[in-house]
Amino acid sequence: MVNPLYRKDIVSISDLSKSDLELIIKVADQFKSQGPGQYLANKVIASCFFEASTRTRLSFETAVQRLGGALIGFSDGANTSTKKGETLTDSIHMISSYADAIVMRHPREGAARLAAEVSSVPVINGGDGANQHPSQTLLDLFSIYECQGTLDNLSVAFVGDLKYGRTVHSLAQALCHFNPTFYFVAPEVLKMPSYIEQNLEEQGIKFEYLSSLDEAIEKVDILYMTRVQKERFDPTEYMHIASQYVLKVDMLSSAKLNMKVLHPLPRVDEIHPDVDATEFAYYFQQAENGVYAREALLALVMNETIKELSHA
Amino acid sequence: MRETMAVEAIETGTVIDHIPAGQGLNILARIQKRNADARLTVGLNLPSKGSGLKDIIKVEGWLFSEQDAAEMALYAPHATVNIIKKYKVIKKFPIGLPDEFKGIFACPNSNCISHTEPVATRFTVKVKSQNILLRCHFCERSFADSLF
Repeated sequence: MVNPLYRKDIVSISDLSKSDLELIIKVADQFKSQGPGQYLANKVIASCFFEASTRTRLSFETAVQRLGGALIGFSDGANTSTKKGETLTDSIHMISSYADAIVMRHPREGAARLAAEVSSVPVINGGDGANQHPSQTLLDLFSIYECQGTLDNLSVAFVGDLKYGRTVHSLAQALCHFNPTFYFVAPEVLKMPSYIEQNLEEQGIKFEYLSSLDEAIEKVDILYMTRVQKERFDPTEYMHIASQYVLKVDMLSSAKLNMKVLHPLPRVDEIHPDVDATEFAYYFQQAENGVYAREALLALVMNETIKELSHA
Repeated sequence: MRETMAVEAIETGTVIDHIPAGQGLNILARIQKRNADARLTVGLNLPSKGSGLKDIIKVEGWLFSEQDAAEMALYAPHATVNIIKKYKVIKKFPIGLPDEFKGIFACPNSNCISHTEPVATRFTVKVKSQNILLRCHFCERSFADSLF
């Protein structure tokens, strides 16, 4: 089977087709159940985090090690020539002559697209400012597939900060391939941006705003929680608003049996720790799935053929 | 006849005609940014046969290419460009909205990578129910034309 992701840059979720997404999920699923092969043997991967990250960097680096690859890189742009005034263009030009692929995070939007155009080796975006974070979307999709057995025709509620959350935007965009129904629960000032609503309308995707979290819980297969960030509000307003978007265990009595709660983490107060012990909580499995989704992505980008696909 | 007498005729150069009234100064600013020494004659709020009032700009000694004209398209997508030699129109073409603007406008998103790197900005053009939207190739955000 021809692997369409071989040597492809992974910059934006919109660069991936429905079949690309399904392919990554299929490989992630097989790697999770059988362990990954040595798909990065004799390869050097540059892990370039110009901005700090915990989960994304560590799970990418774990994925590289498990695939048998070697790592070079940095976890903070302040320790690089960027501090001396070197442009990103020059840094990437140089790094791409050392490594076989570049995984990068950068505080500015569009940095990964620029890097992909400069680099002679594939670039995988680990987050560019508030713009894109495609590998997070892939692990979200894999987690949804894993806990629901399908991605098709699901009801998904997005709760919290829908305005600034790149995770929510990209996941909504990716799920549009699978005929979803969306419910949005957010304070007025943190509603989905109008360009996304417009996009959904153009694609004929059903979506509705609900006034409370309780209303959403009984309707959905996936409850995707996000953090309402303190810095968006004054302290009194924050206390009032944030309290309306907190998931507590007693609210789950009306949930469907297959319903799962996801969260990109880190959480602060928006999911009460008591929820962790319920069968609805899936956010720690979701974080673990970050490694399998990133293993799948790296293996597919760096190898023309993947034996797991021919056996499937 | 009175309309053509309102601004001085030029021997060689470019006349941008049928600019919507009010947009002439924006176009003027772009021309001056490209060439601060350009010799210009400007007519504002002139009567137009088709649509009330229009602006007109005459640029002496500079024969616009279609690419030069495309830079002005955001302000006046329906304007016409007349190339003049020896007082005669030798070529006439509509400005037209290009599919892409390259290296012309700065990205309105101050956190876009294009502000800090030696790279030409790129915007793809989308027209939605008479509104013009420009999408940045790098930061992927879409902006209304009024932000440029």
